[in-house]
Amino acid sequence: MKRVLIAVVWGYFALLLIGPVAYVCAQAFDGGVPAFWNEVTKPEAVHGFWLTAKITLIVVVANVAFGTATALVLARQRFRGQTFFSGLIDLPFAISPVITGFMLILLFGPGTILGAFFGTMDVKILYAVPAMVLVTLFVTFPFVVREVTPILQAVGTDSEEAARTLGASEWQTFLRVTLPAIRWGVIYGATLTIARAIGEFGAVLVVSGNILLLTQTATLHIYQSYVDFNYLGAYAVAVVLLSISFMILMLLEVAKARSADASGAEPVSP
Amino acid sequence: MTTKIQVRSVSKRFGDVEVVSNVSFSVGEGELLGLLGPSGSGKTTVLRIIAGLESPTTGDIFLDGLRVNDVPVQERNIGFVFQHYALFKHMTVFENVAFGLKIKRRSKADVRARVAELLELMGLSGLTDRYPRQLSGGQRQRVAIARALAPRPRVLLLDEPFGAVDAQVRQELREWLIRLHHDLNVTSLFVTHDQEEAMEVSDRLIVFSKGHVDQIGTPAEVYEEPATEFVARFIGSMNIVEAEVKGGLARVRELEFPVPHADDGRRIRIGFRPYYVKISEDPLHFRQHARLRHIYFLGVAYRLEIETDTGLIFRSRMNKEEFRQRRFEVGQRVSYAITQFRVLPEDQGAGYSSRPLAEGPLTP
Repeated sequence: MKRVLIAVVWGYFALLLIGPVAYVCAQAFDGGVPAFWNEVTKPEAVHGFWLTAKITLIVVVANVAFGTATALVLARQRFRGQTFFSGLIDLPFAISPVITGFMLILLFGPGTILGAFFGTMDVKILYAVPAMVLVTLFVTFPFVVREVTPILQAVGTDSEEAARTLGASEWQTFLRVTLPAIRWGVIYGATLTIARAIGEFGAVLVVSGNILLLTQTATLHIYQSYVDFNYLGAYAVAVVLLSISFMILMLLEVAKARSADASGAEPVSP
Repeated sequence: MTTKIQVRSVSKRFGDVEVVSNVSFSVGEGELLGLLGPSGSGKTTVLRIIAGLESPTTGDIFLDGLRVNDVPVQERNIGFVFQHYALFKHMTVFENVAFGLKIKRRSKADVRARVAELLELMGLSGLTDRYPRQLSGGQRQRVAIARALAPRPRVLLLDEPFGAVDAQVRQELREWLIRLHHDLNVTSLFVTHDQEEAMEVSDRLIVFSKGHVDQIGTPAEVYEEPATEFVARFIGSMNIVEAEVKGGLARVRELEFPVPHADDGRRIRIGFRPYYVKISEDPLHFRQHARLRHIYFLGVAYRLEIETDTGLIFRSRMNKEEFRQRRFEVGQRVSYAITQFRVLPEDQGAGYSSRPLAEGPLTP
């Protein structure tokens, strides 16, 4: 019975994960390494990688800063509507990315006050990088908050108060006591954010306009190559993203273990 | 003795709940003072208000004669020891103790010397590079005290300092705190709900109930002359009966207590410690009669529980030697007498009166 169960799980795993990944890798190198290299170094592909990297970097920095701040407010402050606010944080998980994209189009369209305002300022939001950053921020917002809040709650305020009585200001306390206690949670949240930002497709497609060499990210490039019957190009870029995702996954495991160490119960003393 | 800490008419509300009501007391330079009370009596809140971790709703705090209500925690220069140690988990013992000194930008050599001195004093010298998770409860609490003392605070505040360690270590830590206080002579205030611990460690005690101060005094004063019925019950064990006064005597069933100063018709409460209840196995030795219900062995003494012929239940205490010379059995008929009693002051709720209404020995 046990063996059957293990075999079923392996079979399911192979069918769902290993199979497709192996197939994509095989296809990517179907024309040999030079053809693969040729595809991933094409100007459109390189531009896609760069754009994805740029958006990801901005999003991770913003998410770590505001996510940690939000977690601090949620875990340490008491205010009216807190439960509602806390529930709202998960909203990006519940909304389809495509809808997220459309919301942004409705918000910044030329007919709206916001759209008109930025239009007169000559700042392009829609079909440009700002909108792509905004939607990616939206879909990744919960990651850092959801990781850090429970750790802050578990750590409690005792050691922060101890630091204050020892002469530390609020800012010194945050840097020297709070931040080291939550750092692995922050890193874990940041890693999830990176993975999601690199892979985001739906929301970015809607707000970017998918303009070649301007607003085409790596995932959009894969989609475009596929639509244009350039299967090798799609597979090659996909393999690069897959490898990055795999490395992030490994990093994630390390961060997860450390963050469990930090927030978990103290080991029994001898 | 100069006044180090003064708490003046301090009250604290959390929403609709007043957890501290109009508390006033002062602490002299070099004193070791215990704040004693059951949980929820407001003693920890008072300690946190002195530290600046909470602000009083009304009232003032003075340190060295200066009002510090508006001085933030980090500038009050107090040492605070938390019940659950609150050590910095990501720092070694050395780094924990050095924290306050580094914040104050002391030179590296100064920091190293001061930390070494304190670790030596605390008997932690070999543990410099350990992390808190590698220490026992007693060691952690000593690191916490070393950390609090390192920046030479003007007062040391300890919140249930031995609450989280087991009984044997607790006893060691108590004796060690007394010695430490004797050596360093830093003004110290500690919170506890353990009356035995408070009596053993403190020069003076402040007894809290329901956010009020019920009594301030030396352990002996508080024990021998409890200012309220609450204090009488909370500190040590006490038998309590309610009686009506008639012609200078308080009567309850077969018992009569002479109370010359009480008004006729008043209902008063009378208390007597277990060791003032004398018991004899000879039914004719004392005038009152009872049945022995239980015998408890307490280590150094025995506690005997009797039920009088009219159904009152009293506790008596007898030392081991005396008990061994007698022959007591559960269920046996005995005679008893109450040799001393006191009229308990009524609990007024606020403030405290330092003198009981009357007291006196009873002739058997």
